[in-house]
Amino acid sequence: MARIEVTVDGVSYHDEVEPRLLLVHYLRERLGKVGTPIGCDTSNCGACTVHVDGVSVKSCTMLAVQADGTQITTIEGLAQNGQLHPVQQAFHDNHALQCGFCTPGMIMASVDLLQHNPSPSDEEIRHGLEGNLCRCTGYQNIVRAVRQAAEKSAEVTA
Amino acid sequence: MTEELDAGLIAEQVEEHPEAIDQPDATRHIGRPLKRKEDRRLITGRTRWTDNIQLPGLMHMAIVRSPVAHARINRVDVSAALDRPGVIAAFSAADLGDALGTLPCAWPVTADMVHPDHHPLATDEVRHVGEAVAVVVATDRYAAADATEAVEVDYEPLPAVTDMEEALKDEVLVHADKGTNKTYLWPFDGGDYDAARAQAEAEGGIVFKRRYIQQRLIPAAMEPRSVVVEPLTEGDEYTVYSATQIPHILRLMLALTCGIPEQQIRVIAPDVGGGFGSKLNVYAEEVIALVVARKLGRPVKWTESRSEGFQATIHGRDQIQDIEVAATRDGRILGLSVDLKADMGAYLQLVTPGIPVLGAFMFNAIYKMDAYRFRCTGVFTTKTPTDAYRGAGRPEATYAIERIMSDLAYELGIDPIELRRRNWIKHEEFPYTTIAGLTYDSGNYEAATARALELFGYDELRREQQERRDRNDPVQLGIGISTFTEMCGLAPSRVLGSLSYGAGGWEAASIRMLPSGKVEVVTGTTPHGQGHLTAWSQIAADALGVPFEDVNVIFGDTQSSPVGMDTYGSRSLVVGGVAVHLAARKVVDKARKVAAHLLEAAEGDVEFSGGTFSVKGSPDAKTTIQEVSLATFAAHNLPDGMEPTINADAVLDPENFSFPHGTHLCAVEVDTETGRPTIRTYVAVDDIGNVINPLIVEGQVHGGLAQGIAQALYEEAVYDADANLVTGTMVDYLVPSAADLPEFTTDRTETPSTTNPLGVKGVGEAGTIASTPAVVGAVVDAVHHLGVQEIRMPTTPERVWRAINNSGSDGGSRAAEGTIAYGGPQTSTTAGGAE
Repeated sequence: MARIEVTVDGVSYHDEVEPRLLLVHYLRERLGKVGTPIGCDTSNCGACTVHVDGVSVKSCTMLAVQADGTQITTIEGLAQNGQLHPVQQAFHDNHALQCGFCTPGMIMASVDLLQHNPSPSDEEIRHGLEGNLCRCTGYQNIVRAVRQAAEKSAEVTA
Repeated sequence: MTEELDAGLIAEQVEEHPEAIDQPDATRHIGRPLKRKEDRRLITGRTRWTDNIQLPGLMHMAIVRSPVAHARINRVDVSAALDRPGVIAAFSAADLGDALGTLPCAWPVTADMVHPDHHPLATDEVRHVGEAVAVVVATDRYAAADATEAVEVDYEPLPAVTDMEEALKDEVLVHADKGTNKTYLWPFDGGDYDAARAQAEAEGGIVFKRRYIQQRLIPAAMEPRSVVVEPLTEGDEYTVYSATQIPHILRLMLALTCGIPEQQIRVIAPDVGGGFGSKLNVYAEEVIALVVARKLGRPVKWTESRSEGFQATIHGRDQIQDIEVAATRDGRILGLSVDLKADMGAYLQLVTPGIPVLGAFMFNAIYKMDAYRFRCTGVFTTKTPTDAYRGAGRPEATYAIERIMSDLAYELGIDPIELRRRNWIKHEEFPYTTIAGLTYDSGNYEAATARALELFGYDELRREQQERRDRNDPVQLGIGISTFTEMCGLAPSRVLGSLSYGAGGWEAASIRMLPSGKVEVVTGTTPHGQGHLTAWSQIAADALGVPFEDVNVIFGDTQSSPVGMDTYGSRSLVVGGVAVHLAARKVVDKARKVAAHLLEAAEGDVEFSGGTFSVKGSPDAKTTIQEVSLATFAAHNLPDGMEPTINADAVLDPENFSFPHGTHLCAVEVDTETGRPTIRTYVAVDDIGNVINPLIVEGQVHGGLAQGIAQALYEEAVYDADANLVTGTMVDYLVPSAADLPEFTTDRTETPSTTNPLGVKGVGEAGTIASTPAVVGAVVDAVHHLGVQEIRMPTTPERVWRAINNSGSDGGSRAAEGTIAYGGPQTSTTAGGAE
């Protein structure tokens, strides 16, 4: 067992974990952070994407012990004071989700994408989200949502 | 941030989507692109997936699966697993005995169908890779997975058979005791095909065959399957949580399979992350979990890993389609003959045998013809069972007919749109009874096609195609066409009965008027992404004249929504949504009696509009439906003899299927040097009748297109000769990402259905059904002038390149040779020597 100390959605946790425990299982099964789902076992689908120290990570590709000392944000910690993040709002406004299973990862990846590229082209959005699979939407409304979130953020900062 | 949809927000949304404005009454909700009520929880991670469930004393289950396709099981020994840390129990089939029962197949399509037993845990033999052999139960999922490695199974290998034509030789038998791999032969004859063929030959027409291959697909809903069974503390009672599309059907089937009285099982489908047919089933793990929880008296959870699901969750498609068309020289279809071989896989799951049979009614599509012959042969192979995957039999049929229509156009030198026009049912001919015996209630193929051609720029693209051909451009352009229809809204119960389906096709709804004036809609449909909470709220709000936000919708739990037939086959709106409307109308009828009593008027003089009852000729005498609801709750002053309720139930058995249609056009660029096809333009004009929520409809179309395009370009479940699933993970099986799909242009024409009061048709599968032939047709069209006649799906760059360069046999074929890769030589016969 290994000791870790992580902050998840603003709460700090001290835990003993098996060295092989995946971060996503730590989040879901130890901390009850079940908002982050698991969609595959080969790191293809991206449903489990979270932010580790502000950068998007597929939490099935990381061991809990590797997250020691980090700040993690999950989909559950993205809205602040009841206010949806602009990307969450844009997903709702543009019908960018159907079953919603890929949505947490898709939103977390989109937030990261916009941090790196605040005004992406549609093609950049499509390539930027290549690591996140959705089976319901055909992606068109997801691309639209990310584009709209970028435009709204640009308006706010302008 | 608010979820409330106030009048201002509705006005703003209407402004964004002007198509919603033409409602006669500004308070109407139907037809508006209202944003979904479902979203708030889903975008903030407050979800209820089955795998999220934690219960005191919860055990975790892991399945030991066969690593070989076909073998005799000499011995299963779980004893070493019991010594592993955290292991609570481990069982083989023998340990659990008869308690497991056999998995149900509810669709015996013929009286003499071969129906082998399908044990949840294999007993004497395994018959596909991934078949469950033993189960380990432990304190956590890691311990359970670890311990599966300690289970010893002695497999004595038997030969595998993956190819249907090989299987039909009955040299390698999947079920030796049955003596054959042929599951059934299902025939249909409309008219006299031989006579139609003879007429074509005698009159100088054309008769030719094609073979199209429907590759095997993996549905890959984003949420893996998962089940939790909780034994209740008293008696033999259980709550089963499952990632299923069919909680009601599952409850009945679990009761029958496990011998537990139905009233002692409650099934809950919590949030379900997509299904596409793959969760329209009764799976081994659901039965095993129930039996294990029953035996150990503790709750248990099982969640498949993605790779496990690729082997243990049903697959889709997998057909060999031999199709022959007989037509006159000017392109009028005289007859169509279809010889289908459909891969069942190793066992029959819930509706496996019926899926290709559904296609029987769709090969003739929108076209008039004198004769139609259909033969479907079900075939066992040592592969994962097939079953319903988005479209379920209709995409396969639509693919074949739309491809051969374009091939007929090539043969006759007629524009493929013009050829279709000469054969399709004209809008003034509806209702029209087809050669397959269905009566299409409505449609307007002319209008949808005209709109699609306009959006697509058909003539311009044809000109560009010719220019590229003329200059021998390395990048060639192809145009693919799909003027599809489909049958959905399953289904009139009598028709299902005539097809030997094991259940009816009705759907139930209840409306509960609460004393506070709010409304609960209880529906028997079970959404898993389709937005029923929003759409059913729109339907109920309009029928009752109450605010959209005052309506809640209850579903997915056999206790709170006890009557239902669930969600599949694009049935939810056209059966379940219409049932909501009918139940609401009954509420209004009951409420009118109370209103008349309160207003001291004759019932016949009481009018209802916008939620208010008023008396003809007395403008001040009025009361709202909410006031009536409260008055009924109080029951102090009701008409004599009236039950104190205005709640109402409706169960709708639809009078007909729903026949959405549309015209999809696809332009594909093919780099002839690399073989790479790229979609340049995709136009989808769908006619699904009246629309409840255009936002949701557009999303359904987009998602459907993505899956149909994925079949055309990317996806294929590949087995090797020993029947190992080569594409066993998401690394190997290409579910397309955003980068792999184009921007779609979508539009609609609206020809209302005449067989339901809302005028609606199903939309869930239309995009998938329509798009595959449009895309493959475009790929072939781009290189047809180079002598390419056929390219097998998925039309990968390698297959396209090989087809162009006439090298190798993997999927391409050239007209000059008259052969295609899969199976033997094909003859292209042109009768009458008129060429």
